[in-house]
Amino acid sequence: MLRRRVPLFGIALLAGLAAFVLIGPLIWPVAPTQMDLLARNQGATWAHPLGTDQLGRDLMARLMVGGRVSLAVGLVAMLLAVSFGTAIGVAAGMSRRLDGPLMRLTDLFLALPLLPLLLIAAALFRAPLAVRFGPEAGLFALITIAIGGTAWMGTARILRGEVRALMQRDYIRAARTIGTRAPQMIWRHILPAIAAPLGVSAALGMASAILMESALSFLGFGFAPDMPSWGRLLYEGTPHLGAYPGRALWPGALITLAALGATSLGDALRDMADPRRA
Amino acid sequence: MRSHALRRLAMTIPTLLVISAIIFALLEFAPGDPMAQLPSTIPPDVRAEMRAALGLGQPAPVRYGMWLWQMVVVEPGIALGIVADGDTPRILSWQTRGPVMTLIAQRLPQTMIVVGSAYIIGVIAAIGLGILSARRQGSAIDRASTGLAAMGYALPPFFTAAVLIYVFAIQLEWAPTIYDTTLSVTGWNSFAAQMRQMALPIAVLSLQTTAQITRYMRAAMLDTLGQEYILAARAKGLRERTILMVHALRNSMIPVLPVIALGAPQIFAGAIITESIFGVNGVGQLLITSLSAGDLPVVQTVTVLIAVAIVLANLASDLALPWLDPRLRDA
Repeated sequence: MLRRRVPLFGIALLAGLAAFVLIGPLIWPVAPTQMDLLARNQGATWAHPLGTDQLGRDLMARLMVGGRVSLAVGLVAMLLAVSFGTAIGVAAGMSRRLDGPLMRLTDLFLALPLLPLLLIAAALFRAPLAVRFGPEAGLFALITIAIGGTAWMGTARILRGEVRALMQRDYIRAARTIGTRAPQMIWRHILPAIAAPLGVSAALGMASAILMESALSFLGFGFAPDMPSWGRLLYEGTPHLGAYPGRALWPGALITLAALGATSLGDALRDMADPRRA
Repeated sequence: MRSHALRRLAMTIPTLLVISAIIFALLEFAPGDPMAQLPSTIPPDVRAEMRAALGLGQPAPVRYGMWLWQMVVVEPGIALGIVADGDTPRILSWQTRGPVMTLIAQRLPQTMIVVGSAYIIGVIAAIGLGILSARRQGSAIDRASTGLAAMGYALPPFFTAAVLIYVFAIQLEWAPTIYDTTLSVTGWNSFAAQMRQMALPIAVLSLQTTAQITRYMRAAMLDTLGQEYILAARAKGLRERTILMVHALRNSMIPVLPVIALGAPQIFAGAIITESIFGVNGVGQLLITSLSAGDLPVVQTVTVLIAVAIVLANLASDLALPWLDPRLRDA
C-alpha cells in the first residue's frame, strides 16, 4: 500500500489491542458477568460507554475479556501451527528421504475442507473434552489444537523451499563437512537463516487463526456464552443488528483490527526481508 | 505434458479415498450416540433394531465400505438413471429419512446462484482491477486496489456482512436483511426483488474474492509489462489496449489461474458463513443445521463433496495450465 512499509503500524495495532484486553480491565473494573436487569439493552451512557446487552452486562467489559480469549487462541494456535510447519518444512528440506512423504502429507492437508472439518471437530468433541479438562480448558484446547493442527501447511511449504536452497550454500556444506550433527545444524545454521520467512508465516498465521476462531464462534460452534470470544459476541449481537447495532459491530471491528494488525505486520516483515518485492 | 496430467489424475483417487476416510474416522471416533436422546425404557432388542435401521449395525470398516459404494456407484447410477430408485439402499439422512442427495440437490441451486455468481463477479473485478492498477502504477486506482487487497485478508465476511446489512438494509432499506428462498422469479417485480436480496450476499463474498485475487493479478501484470516482448509490441506501435488485453493478459493469467481455481471450492467455506448470516437456504446452511442436529450422514456427505470439489479444482488448474502456457506442454 505504502511505498516503504514499516512494521510499526501492525505492531502498534496489536500492542493497542493487547493493552485493551490486558490493562483495560484494570482501568475499567466492571465485571463482565455482572448483570444489571434494570439497565438492559442500553445504548452508550456514562455508566456503560458501549452499552449493555439483553442481561444488562457491560459490553466494554465483555469485549475486554472476549479479546483475551480471541488473542490467546490466535497466539497459541499460531505457535502450534508454526512449530508443526517448521518441523515438517525443515525435515523435508534437509532430508531427501523424508521430502516425498512429508510433501505428500502437506498436499493432502491442503486438499482438506478445513472449515467443515473444524466445525465437525468443534461440534462433536466439545462435550467429552469439557468433561475431562473442565469446560473452559477443554474448549480452549480443542479449538486451538484443531486450528493449529490444520494451519501449518503454508509454513511447511515455504520453509521447505528456503531450507532446500540453503542446503546448497557453502557454509552449510562446510558445516556438514566438519561433522556438525543435525540438531546443531538446525539450531545454529538453519533456523537463523530462515528467521525472516518464519516471522512472516507467524504473523500471517496469527491473523488466520484469529479469523478461523471467530468464524467457528460466529457459527455457534466455538466458545460458550460464559467465556465469550469476540466471535461469540458477534454471534450474539448479529440477530439484534437492527435494534442494537453496536453489539455486533464492535466485536466485528475488533476482530478486523486484530487480523489487520497481524497481516500488515506480516506484509511489512516480508517487505523488509525482500526489498525487491516491496 | 500428457504423462504429467495422467500422473496428477492418478493421484486424485487415492487422495480422495484418504480424505473421505479421514472424514469418516473423525465422525466415527467422535463420542456421542445418535440414540442417546431416546427414552431408556426402550427394550434392548428394539434398540438394536433401531440402530440397524440407522445403518449402525455393522462394524465401522464395513459401514465405510458401504457408504463408499453408495457414494461412488449407487448415487451416480440413480442420478444418471441407470439404477432405479428404490432398488438399492441409498445414503439416508437421519433427520428426514430421505436420501441425502435429494437434500443436497434441493439446496445446491441457492448456493450456486448466490455464491457462484459472487465468485464470478469477484474474479472478473479482480482481473479488471489488477490490469488497471498495473497499467498506471501509483495512480489513485492502484492505491485504492492495493489498499483493498491489504484489507481483504483481514476483513472477515461476518463483519463486512454485518456492516453492509446495517448500512444498506437497516439504515437505507435498499435491500432485505434476510434472503427469501421461497421467492420465485415470475415477472419484473419478483426479478427485481431477487436482485435486491442477492445484492448484499454477493457483495460480501465478491469483496473477499476480489481482495484476495487482485493482489496476485496486479503483481503478475506488473511482471509481464516489464518484459521485453511488451517493449517490442510498444515499439511496433500496437495500441495500448491490444498490448494489455491480448499480449500481457494471457501471460499474466498463468500465475493467477491456479489461485482462481483453488479459490473456487473455498466458496463453499464462504457459503457456510454467508448463508448463515443472510439465511440463504443452501448447502452451507444444510451442513450447519445437520451438524447441530447430529445428522451425521448428511454432514459426512456434504463434507466429502466439498473435498471432491477442492481436489477437482486442483486437477483442473493443473490440466489448464499447459493450455495457457505452451512452455509447460513439453515438460
